[in-house]
Amino acid sequence: MTDQDFMHHLGDVSVSIELETEDMTLNIGPQHPSTHGVLRLVAKVDGEIITDVEPVLGYMHRGYEKISEVRTYPQVTALVNRIDWVSGYANEIPFIVAAEKLMGVEAPERAQYIRVILTEMARLASHLAFMGSFPLELGATTPLMYAFRDRERILDLIESVTGGRFHPNFNRIGGVKSNAGAGKTQKKASQDLPAGFFTETLAAMDVVDASCDEMETLVGGNEIFLIRSKGVGVLPADIAVSYGVSGPILRASGVEFDLRKTEDYLPYDQFDFDIPTGENGDSYDRWYVRLQEIRQSARIIRQAIEGIPSGPLRAKVPLIIKVPKGEAYVRAENPKGEMGYYLVSEGGQGPYRLKIRSSSFSNLSILPWILEGVLLPDLLAVMGSLDFVLGDVDR
Amino acid sequence: MIAELMANFWVVLGLKLGIIGLLVPVSGLFIGYAELKISAHMQARVGPYFAGGRYGWAQLIADGIKFFQKEDLIPDEADRPVFKWAPALVLLSSVSLFLVIPFSDTLVVRDLDIGIFFVLAISSVGTIGVMMAGWASANKYSLIGALRAAGQLIAYELPMVLSVIGVVILAETMSLNGIVEAQANFHLIGEVGTPFVLLQPLAFGIFMISAIAEMSRAPFDMPLAESEIVTGYLTEYSGFRFLFFFLGEFANMFTFSAIAATLFLGGYDPMFFNAPSITGPVWLLMKIALVVFVLIWVRWTWPRFREDQLQRLAWKWLVPLALLNIVITATAKVVF
Repeated sequence: MTDQDFMHHLGDVSVSIELETEDMTLNIGPQHPSTHGVLRLVAKVDGEIITDVEPVLGYMHRGYEKISEVRTYPQVTALVNRIDWVSGYANEIPFIVAAEKLMGVEAPERAQYIRVILTEMARLASHLAFMGSFPLELGATTPLMYAFRDRERILDLIESVTGGRFHPNFNRIGGVKSNAGAGKTQKKASQDLPAGFFTETLAAMDVVDASCDEMETLVGGNEIFLIRSKGVGVLPADIAVSYGVSGPILRASGVEFDLRKTEDYLPYDQFDFDIPTGENGDSYDRWYVRLQEIRQSARIIRQAIEGIPSGPLRAKVPLIIKVPKGEAYVRAENPKGEMGYYLVSEGGQGPYRLKIRSSSFSNLSILPWILEGVLLPDLLAVMGSLDFVLGDVDR
Repeated sequence: MIAELMANFWVVLGLKLGIIGLLVPVSGLFIGYAELKISAHMQARVGPYFAGGRYGWAQLIADGIKFFQKEDLIPDEADRPVFKWAPALVLLSSVSLFLVIPFSDTLVVRDLDIGIFFVLAISSVGTIGVMMAGWASANKYSLIGALRAAGQLIAYELPMVLSVIGVVILAETMSLNGIVEAQANFHLIGEVGTPFVLLQPLAFGIFMISAIAEMSRAPFDMPLAESEIVTGYLTEYSGFRFLFFFLGEFANMFTFSAIAATLFLGGYDPMFFNAPSITGPVWLLMKIALVVFVLIWVRWTWPRFREDQLQRLAWKWLVPLALLNIVITATAKVVF
């Protein structure tokens, strides 16, 4: 080899060394402070830029769909509580309504109203948790404490009615858990809503509203919060729709779609409330839409308390519940998006097949699309703005 | 006898170093406790409550003892000597800064002619320790954290140096004692001294922002960024090596507050109050407490910047503003 050839090759080598930098594969999770549980992301990073993300799910798969095939209907209610544990109560509703639909039973109106109140409380609990966790992803620890302090009031109220903070297991086919009207003893007859529940709830709603104002000015008015969330993780409406994204994320992208308005699983048509929507579909809009939804939920609860009728809490149902042969799909607007149960019954005491369409799982399908090309600090911020719960993803 | 001893160079040096060796953990304890309690009250919490029987005053002592009991974990893949020495280097840089802080006109380890230059130079040595820690940990999060720290160093060091120049122009000296004297003798109204923060508000702001970035505290805690990269370069550290970083952080808070107080708030000089010079340390400590409170306040109020946003802030705002400040100060110095 001549010197000239050698220098020529040397030049080639140095060029290729300079231009090709290897992407680093960063394994985020399943144990990581900000993945909200055991989500694992295999991310390829070029410096701080994400070039590719692959979510790996299933670390918390508990097989609820399969387990529910060998459980009776009342037992399944206890299971579905644990799907999205941040808003446990809201998970029960679509399942119970699906079973009621097949049985041809309808819950009494008072029970329906209690369901509405508690579902909206579950929404408050879920959204307030988000109000704390999203700024936490951006590095602000303080809003978390305030959001969780106010959330605690909601959980206390849920506990006072149902006996459980996270897992109420309060719904029964044909109504809500109660012996009122069915019991013979005084003790059983008194098991309606606890005394003072309405005044306590109204006071809590004022606290929640005040908390919203505080969040809007202190968090939403913070310059760093704005530059970290505005224009970050933009999700256009058409992409959101084609990926099957639902709930506040979809509404933040500007699609005015709320199952509370279109489905009749609960008597939402009797209440007056708005559907807040965003304009840009960025992280800020997703935060702001949820903030507005808290206000709307408080509004619904106030109306429900005002208009709650008296009457029995549970329709007449047989002691051993058997659902007639048939299929039903009931979907509901859960705090995190659309949740649906496809229930197939062969006439037994338990479901023959139960397909759970959970909101977080479908919402997470957007991750590889939305995270491509974002910066590493924004990875978890955008993920946080999607607000998912791993129990809801893996079931 | 005592006079004879005090004349001996080595005795004096030993005494001074002993005091500093004591001051570092003690200031760390005080600031750490203040941080726990103030942050708790800002966040509608109570904070440490049971340790020590009352108000949780012994919380950090208990934490320190806990750290000593922990296993000293070193990852298999780690570059052992570098991993071991990194925390020492970080702490060394914080401790060295204590050498030049004047607590009164005589109570200073060494009044260097280039005091402020020494401060700016030594304070960036800590970043080398951080980079060593990040590299030697053999952890990707640590590496990202360390690289962020390096990127941050370049961004904030320049505005910090430039902001100090305004003070140096006014004081006509780089000695920290000299700067305090200059403030005491700068009479704007009557016979009272003038803290330079009144003359250099812009420089004070830039200095504080840069100092927060230097200390990697929120809103500039990207090298640690718990919610993104676990805890950055600290991820693999445990036991007393972690304690070193921890102590270094609080010692850094103390020294930077002391330097901010010295440069801009009149240091040990009582300013508007007529007090004997022996009370110097008290005044300095009060001013330090004020600055430390602001640092804690800022930390628990704001979310975190993004690395590119810090660069933009530093290069597009802080550096031009600091240059503007120099121009204004120099012009004013010549005119008046």
